[in-house]
Amino acid sequence: MTVKLPRFTFWRGVFVFVVLAGIYASYVRFTQGLGAATNLSDQFPWGIWVGFDVLCGVMLAAGGFTLMAAVHIFNVERFKPIGRATLLTAFLGYVLVVVALMFDLGRPYRIWHPLVMWNPRSVMFEVAWCVMLYTTVLSLEFAPVVFERLRLERPMRILRAISIPLVIAGVILSTLHQSSLGSLYLIVPQKLHPFWYSPLLPVFFFISAIAVGLAMTIFESSLSAKHFRRQLELPLLQELGRILMVVLGVYLVLRVQDLYHRGALRMVLEPGYETYLFMLEMALGLVLPLGLLLNRRMRESQGGLYLAAVLVVLGFITNRLNVSITGMEAAAGVHYIPKWTEIAITASIIAIGFFIFALAARYLAIFPEERPQAELRMPAELSHVAAD
Amino acid sequence: MGKAILYDATLCIGCKACEQACSEQNHLPYNETIAAEEATSEHKFTSVLTRGENYLRRMCMHCEDPTCASVCPVGALRKTELGPVTYEESRCIGCRYCMVACPFSAPKYEWGKVLPGVRKCTMCAQRVAAGQATACAEACPTGATKFGDRDELIAEARQRLAQNPTQYVNHIFGLSEVGGTSVLMISGVPFERFGMRSNYVQEPLPLLTYRVLSRIPDLVTLGSVLLGGVWWITHRRAEVAAAEGNATKPGEKEPETEKNP
Ligand code: SF4
Ligand code: SF4
Ligand code: SF4
Repeated sequence: MTVKLPRFTFWRGVFVFVVLAGIYASYVRFTQGLGAATNLSDQFPWGIWVGFDVLCGVMLAAGGFTLMAAVHIFNVERFKPIGRATLLTAFLGYVLVVVALMFDLGRPYRIWHPLVMWNPRSVMFEVAWCVMLYTTVLSLEFAPVVFERLRLERPMRILRAISIPLVIAGVILSTLHQSSLGSLYLIVPQKLHPFWYSPLLPVFFFISAIAVGLAMTIFESSLSAKHFRRQLELPLLQELGRILMVVLGVYLVLRVQDLYHRGALRMVLEPGYETYLFMLEMALGLVLPLGLLLNRRMRESQGGLYLAAVLVVLGFITNRLNVSITGMEAAAGVHYIPKWTEIAITASIIAIGFFIFALAARYLAIFPEERPQAELRMPAELSHVAAD
Repeated sequence: MGKAILYDATLCIGCKACEQACSEQNHLPYNETIAAEEATSEHKFTSVLTRGENYLRRMCMHCEDPTCASVCPVGALRKTELGPVTYEESRCIGCRYCMVACPFSAPKYEWGKVLPGVRKCTMCAQRVAAGQATACAEACPTGATKFGDRDELIAEARQRLAQNPTQYVNHIFGLSEVGGTSVLMISGVPFERFGMRSNYVQEPLPLLTYRVLSRIPDLVTLGSVLLGGVWWITHRRAEVAAAEGNATKPGEKEPETEKNP
């Protein structure tokens, strides 16, 4: 067996650079503390590790429960072919969220404390339990793919027997914590800007998770088309696009009604930092993608769907950053701009996520009706995948 | 019977004896630089703000239904029977939700430490438990900071406002703000002049999340039955169809479609 050196390409260079920066930033974080590694302060205790890594990370992984519900509960078998890829993304997403938490928590080694030290009145407590249970459910849902590869018959049978209760538990746990991430901010009525503070925050977070779950599925399908030359058939994508359009429509109506009833709609006319970012969020996440999807030719073309999906993902990332950062700045009286170390750690977590996904896609039967093509060989081979 | 602190800004002379006593009590450094700092922090639990001739003390308000205690996922912050809201470092995971949630932004963090904790005024919980006044109240030379039973202090504050209506702003801060606090303040100038919000919510903030959280048990039971039901219906239909021989059975693979790699 020969060990080939991986070819040097642009993206591999970026990957190595990002991971090295991340390693150095982690060193700073764990040897000098949060003060040295972040721009967080007493005025602004939550930055991008919460706003992006956790809030957006969990949202981006929402495709898992949306699709599992569609396929296994509503019996929409057509979506089965993308089930595994979505499940893998979800599982990876949650694992990475937990990794990110280890950076953000002041005492990461106490992450298990909510298991034994209860405070059921805390939204954070509920989120901690749901995320932990749901990650377990996801790993059980994904386990058959691994067992199949290892030809383990008996555990397969057990998992198959409990698969429906498992899916139901997964959907309920997801509903709970996806919305609870919004409930986290219910407690700051006087700190969060009226564009974003609403009693409906949990509802908005839940609906946006579904929208982004669908958008991510479309987006991933196109990504895997590029890198693995495998993708969904167009009719399936079109159907996802139609559902996405309806979900976005519902969100838009609810959001505008809510802004109107709280008297916050007027504030759109006041120029300012918050207004611009609010507009950006509305344009990226709702107006532009809805415009695209309403156009029949766009909605039925691969490119149009892809573009709409990317816009939705970017729009709702902006939304969650607005809730967690933009909307909290005025009350805090400070501007928060993440330090490079914060960005480096976030970026390397994402990069590693892509890398593991690529590995799994190569060695496990993730995509429809195919045998895993590569046999497990030397680890050096693995690095091929990342940028193929 | 809950204890409380009554701070009367009209009696305060800005000597900062409370700051110094607090630092000694909590084994914190204290010097002129720290005395000049306006913000409370991990090394300064209380601060006397100065605006011209007027002063206002800032510290943890020891809310009756504390937001910080309600949001802490591990119950590290707690409202004690006697009034102080205390912090148990050994439980804290460092999520800093208490800092985000506290309506007065009282909890501060040890940003410089590798293994940090939350720091804030504890209302001298140990002294109070031993029947003593807080260190700051004891040190105050003018009686501007007074320690006692909450009910009695409220009555006293009311009396002072009634006797000298021209000298005071007619408001006892902490009587009903966020559902009431164990630190009460009266002042001759509006609190807003010291950067305080003018319109604090009057109900305890934990209610806002509790309203949502309390629905969870219902949601879980209802959701399970509903999803189980939907599954049964959708798959029943497929079973019937299969029995009639015109569809694939649920669970069976769809016809294999070979896709080009
Ligand atoms: S002021 Fe803040 S830290 Fe103090 S008891 Fe109230 S909520 Fe807790
Ligand atoms: S930082 Fe500590 S005390 Fe504050 S909410 Fe988190 S676990 Fe509780
Ligand atoms: S009550 Fe105790 S801890 Fe709080 S400010 Fe006074 S002396 Fe400091």
